Amino acid sequence: MTRELSYVGKPIPRADAIDKVTGSASYTHDLCLPGMLHTALVLSPHASARIVAIDSQNAEALPGVRAVLTGRGLCYQLGLYMQDKCILARDVVRYQGEAVVAIAADTLDIAKAACQLVEVQYDLLPTVLDPREAMDASAHLVHPDLHTYEHMEGVFFPKAHTNIAHHQKIRKGSFDQAFEGADSTLTASFYNPPVQHVPMETHVSVAQALPGKRMEIWTSSQSPYTVRHLMSVCFDLPHAHVRVHVPYVGGGFGGKAGLGLEPLAYVLSRAAGGRPVKVAATREQEFNTLPSRQGLHSTIEIGASRDGKIVALKSTYVWDAGAYADYGVNIGRAAAYSGAGPYSIDNCWIDSFVVYTNKIFGTAYRGFGHLEILWGIERAMDLMARRLGMDPAEFRRRNLLKDGDTTITGEAFTSGHGNPLQCLESVAEAIDWGTPSEPSVDSYKVRGKGLAMLHKAPAMPTYTSCAVVIKLDEDGGGDILVSGVDYGQGTYTVLRQIAAEELRIPIEKIHITWECDTAFSPYDWQTVASRFAYMGGNAVIQAAADCLEQIRSVASQALNVAPEDLDFEDGVVFPKSDPTRGIPYSKLTLGYTFANGNSIGGPIIGHGRFIAKGLTHLDPETGQGLPAQYWTYGAHAVEIEVDTQTGEIEILNIVTALDAGKVLNPKLCIGQVVGGVVQGLGSALWEGFVFDAKGRFLNAGFVDYKIPTAKDIPRHMQQILLENPQPGGPYGARGVAEHPMISVPSAIGNALYDALGIEFNTLPLNYERILTRIKEKVEPS
Amino acid sequence: MHTIRFTVNGHVEQATVPATMTLLDLLRDRLALTGTKEGCGIGECGACTVLLNGNPITSCLMLAVEADGSDIETIEGEAIGGELSVLQQAFIDEGATQCGFCTPGMIMSARGLLNRIPDPSHEEIIEAIAGNLCRCTGYEAIISAIQLAAARLSQDIGSRDAQEGRAR
Repeated sequence: MTRELSYVGKPIPRADAIDKVTGSASYTHDLCLPGMLHTALVLSPHASARIVAIDSQNAEALPGVRAVLTGRGLCYQLGLYMQDKCILARDVVRYQGEAVVAIAADTLDIAKAACQLVEVQYDLLPTVLDPREAMDASAHLVHPDLHTYEHMEGVFFPKAHTNIAHHQKIRKGSFDQAFEGADSTLTASFYNPPVQHVPMETHVSVAQALPGKRMEIWTSSQSPYTVRHLMSVCFDLPHAHVRVHVPYVGGGFGGKAGLGLEPLAYVLSRAAGGRPVKVAATREQEFNTLPSRQGLHSTIEIGASRDGKIVALKSTYVWDAGAYADYGVNIGRAAAYSGAGPYSIDNCWIDSFVVYTNKIFGTAYRGFGHLEILWGIERAMDLMARRLGMDPAEFRRRNLLKDGDTTITGEAFTSGHGNPLQCLESVAEAIDWGTPSEPSVDSYKVRGKGLAMLHKAPAMPTYTSCAVVIKLDEDGGGDILVSGVDYGQGTYTVLRQIAAEELRIPIEKIHITWECDTAFSPYDWQTVASRFAYMGGNAVIQAAADCLEQIRSVASQALNVAPEDLDFEDGVVFPKSDPTRGIPYSKLTLGYTFANGNSIGGPIIGHGRFIAKGLTHLDPETGQGLPAQYWTYGAHAVEIEVDTQTGEIEILNIVTALDAGKVLNPKLCIGQVVGGVVQGLGSALWEGFVFDAKGRFLNAGFVDYKIPTAKDIPRHMQQILLENPQPGGPYGARGVAEHPMISVPSAIGNALYDALGIEFNTLPLNYERILTRIKEKVEPS
Repeated sequence: MHTIRFTVNGHVEQATVPATMTLLDLLRDRLALTGTKEGCGIGECGACTVLLNGNPITSCLMLAVEADGSDIETIEGEAIGGELSVLQQAFIDEGATQCGFCTPGMIMSARGLLNRIPDPSHEEIIEAIAGNLCRCTGYEAIISAIQLAAARLSQDIGSRDAQEGRAR
């Protein structure tokens, strides 16, 4: 008999909302410790230069200055996947905006004034800005010592004495032969510029070096345990000597995964005699000092049969890693194993190169490379469909993965993966696909429709794990301890729902503290990859079961009933045969006391854990293996209106379908979809870094870099959440938080062709680009 | 240094500040009202929005000395005696907050709007929050929350907000 769910699947409001609407939610941004120092940075004005000399004497002499650091004394190499980064630039600068000197002082004003007194002498070096040119044998090497860098062995393959930090290959079937034999072929190239995450809270860390080789860190991070681990390894301290607190976090979107400003805050504190030091990025530094999303040049080659079956697909991805590629290498890897889209391709060849350049470096950003690769793939699918004279939806229908197919890495696709075809059909129906748009009321505006598929799996190490502890309280409630971070996704609320469901107690009695503290919260790898609800949810189910077993054991003795004859409901354990003899949990959570005073049991603390199952490294030559714990599929369909006088696009309607497996909380899930779609609009229509010929970043701030505002949202947004359950997922759920952003640009690009008859292969689709192309079409030069 | 007097959330305050100090720093660093956030420091993101004599302003662009003699409201004054305002409750009910960093500024902009226009149109709501950036929500739930608050306030003239005279 299936028990009716009380909390899972219900629109439970966020538990953190009350702190956030009252201003009492405390972020690292708000933290002020006694004696805390503030930090300002001297940034490199050059994209590539040797540091000849740094004169900081005058800065050091300024009253109130407590520490002045340069890269010279900081001989550390940092990184999670690829240890290629210094704390401050050492000997050379590799991008404009790189931090060269850091000064901690009593006040921020003093620190800034001191920075003005520092003189840095540079000798300019050659600059390499285009990653395709950076692959040339003669190109300037951004990292001449790449061959000496430590990295995750067997997973990443840096090429010595080149700018290639990683090359991931996928080889399946025989591409060349199939491509040559195809009835119709297509080759097309696409470009995504680097963009910024733009969390509303910029990166900020506070660190204090403590006596006895210990440190304490408060940081706006997605990764408390990864920060702890990397700090411990970097500074050669026992893990338990590094205590990391993560209070409320003001947005992350991947940009706060791994290490950020923590090492710098720590070395400054050490240099300042152990005073706590805050390093808070300005908004400008958030753009031009801290990492971005990588740029991507992609070339897609497709061979298809006359009847619309793809027989061969080749993708070449050249990632613009920028100056460092710690995370970039893993994005390059994920892009390869996802690199053919959600399609069944027998003959596939993918090369994904992660290439150093002298630009701001890249990192994880919501979707982890998939928005970028699917910009190319999903535009190419439309191009190929037209070449075949076939409807783009029908062409996709004939190629989508279905039960019995294998993915490009050799994974068997089953119905447990979800249903990409149902996603496609859902959005096509909702947008009335096949029926042309109604003409605009304005004669100078034209309309069009487009659609695009999306897919993504969590990109994570094969051993990714997490743990959950549930402590039961005197009142029969429970506290969940986790160190995955809820920086807005709503995962903590979902974990509370699952705990309440499993423990059979009212949700009001389940609590999660909005501060992770590695001293008390159990291990979690890091909060990325849309994996927290899946892995944390499974760990909560196990921890709750552990609690119930402990309750069962004590209650069985208290009631003199066999353990298997007990059941649980509404915070009470009772004999199945006589529910009236129940004992409330509150009489058991600390131990049970008999009438004569004898006591049994003791405080109940449950433990649950989860580790990724069955994942393998990918074969270095063919990419075959199992990279994904689960896949999430989806689709968008859009209807747009283009102003041919200005190039402005208005989104009339965007429909998104995602196969969530099980919607754990519809309100929060729709919140993720709407937020993701609008963030995707930013990538589609406005966002992109602009550099000059010398590698100087020209739009590093909100004045020149526009993100979507309330004025820019679509007229209509519709969300369709499908529930084809994920085997092994908590209640059948799979991750969905990153996915809504992916393929938003692709669908809009496809709709633009429908509206204008012009192919756009470069993002963003801003007014200037569109208007220029419209004018070219009207008056060919 | 300049000595200024003003009220914040109804309390009379006096402070001696340098001419260069912003109102935002005065609120956050001197008065420990950290509910007001700094998102950019140049008046582009709206996270630092507070009400000055009832009107929303970006406090990072105003010098503290300019606030002399004025009446300032911050997010900390929105709930009274631990009781949420109708606007705050609407933000919770509509799921209008995710990371929450823009929320205080967003609520203050909405409060300024409802002070001026108790029954704002969709366009007026969008106009009122167009200067408040949110990277998480996609704005839709925020717009709905403001609509919901306006509707609840108009239906319930006996509400606490109305009694406080806050949705004139």
